[in-house]
Amino acid sequence: MTTDLRPPKVLMTKIGLDGHDRGGRVVATYLRDAGMEVVFTGPWKSIPEVIATAQEEDVDVIGISSLASDHLLVPKLMAALRENGLDHVGVVVGGIVPDRDERDLLAVGVARVFHPGASLDEIVPFVDRLAKNVRQRRQGL
Amino acid sequence: MSDWLERLRAGDRATLARAITAVENETPEARAVLKAIFPHLGKALVVGITGPPGAGKSTLINAYIETLRARGQTVGVVAVDPSSPITGGAILGDRIRMGGHSGDPGVFVRSLASRGHLGGLSRTAAHVIDVMDASGRDVVIVETVGAGQSEVEVAEIAPTKVVVAAPGLGDDIQAIKAGILEIADIFVVNKADLPLADRTAGQLLDMLRLKDHGEWRIPVLKTVALKNEGIEALADAIAQHAKLAETSRPAPRARAAKLIAAQAADLARRSIQALEEKVIDDYCDQVLSGALELEEAAQRALAKAIARS
Repeated sequence: MTTDLRPPKVLMTKIGLDGHDRGGRVVATYLRDAGMEVVFTGPWKSIPEVIATAQEEDVDVIGISSLASDHLLVPKLMAALRENGLDHVGVVVGGIVPDRDERDLLAVGVARVFHPGASLDEIVPFVDRLAKNVRQRRQGL
Repeated sequence: MSDWLERLRAGDRATLARAITAVENETPEARAVLKAIFPHLGKALVVGITGPPGAGKSTLINAYIETLRARGQTVGVVAVDPSSPITGGAILGDRIRMGGHSGDPGVFVRSLASRGHLGGLSRTAAHVIDVMDASGRDVVIVETVGAGQSEVEVAEIAPTKVVVAAPGLGDDIQAIKAGILEIADIFVVNKADLPLADRTAGQLLDMLRLKDHGEWRIPVLKTVALKNEGIEALADAIAQHAKLAETSRPAPRARAAKLIAAQAADLARRSIQALEEKVIDDYCDQVLSGALELEEAAQRALAKAIARS
């Protein structure tokens, strides 16, 4: 078996103190319906919790849902991923992110920021491709 | 190769995560992993937790982990959630209820999707449990998908099985149904602060009275997992049963024989599926027309598949 046919594995989570998790739930459901395996945690996760979960579950992609400025914590998350040897994991952010902040997030390695009104027809194929790229870069034990 | 095995045995979390990925997904490294860990198996206490959806399995496990950690034991959890039979996708949500332990290096939780496998686990779950065992976890907890009456596969994998019920789920007749109720070594009535808890526990006890019991008398325990009530007694019962099961554990050779048989069945299925369509069609036509009986067709297909490989 040389090709990796298993479904993409995505961690859908929310960092910070904001509890608006409807958006993350909707996206998680659509990723599931697109055939992906989605670890769903709900809101209020600390960065160390996200790191531990991403590591234990060996996910390909982390989706961060942000409504009320949680996205400002994402650069810290990216640094923590690097420190913990998880820099192969793709990170996408969805929610309310001002343009200026988006540039900062992309600069620290976020693969993509999805804004309000983003279509699931955009999100699903993007996450799928990202997961496949992550996996190709990562072979062996 | 022995490099990663050393790291795994030393408890390195990243190595554990990736070795699990390998065996879960049968990647090219999987065979090497299984081969290397085999001499290191059989040290962990493996306990299966099963029961209907909503009984509180994940919450109970969260509380049980806390007790185990207080007793100085390291824990691995394998939590299986169902895959969609239509799209293959899955929401893996068991760890939502086990959130109290992330950041504790003594706890490692891995979620698996069932991927169309029936029986309450995923097809490769047994291998994932083995990897956790080899990594030196003291206790490995296996949570099945919310199980009905026939998801009893966990019985083959976990020497100690806990069946979790919730008060008022089903009427009296449910208590005598075959299947999941028969595999229990320990019964737990969770949410025992709800009104019907005593009745549910009573029904289970009634059922057990009709059962022959040998050395082990199956207890019916009441817990309120959310409030941490009854968990010490549960942990004690699991430890006692595990000690007893230790003496009656199948010898490593018997276990290996079973694994070889399972692997052979798997291999046979895959190699038959790999035959060209025309060959298969030919057998199908013969079976459909009544020219060939099913078993004969299967034997010929298998012989052909083996000859090809």
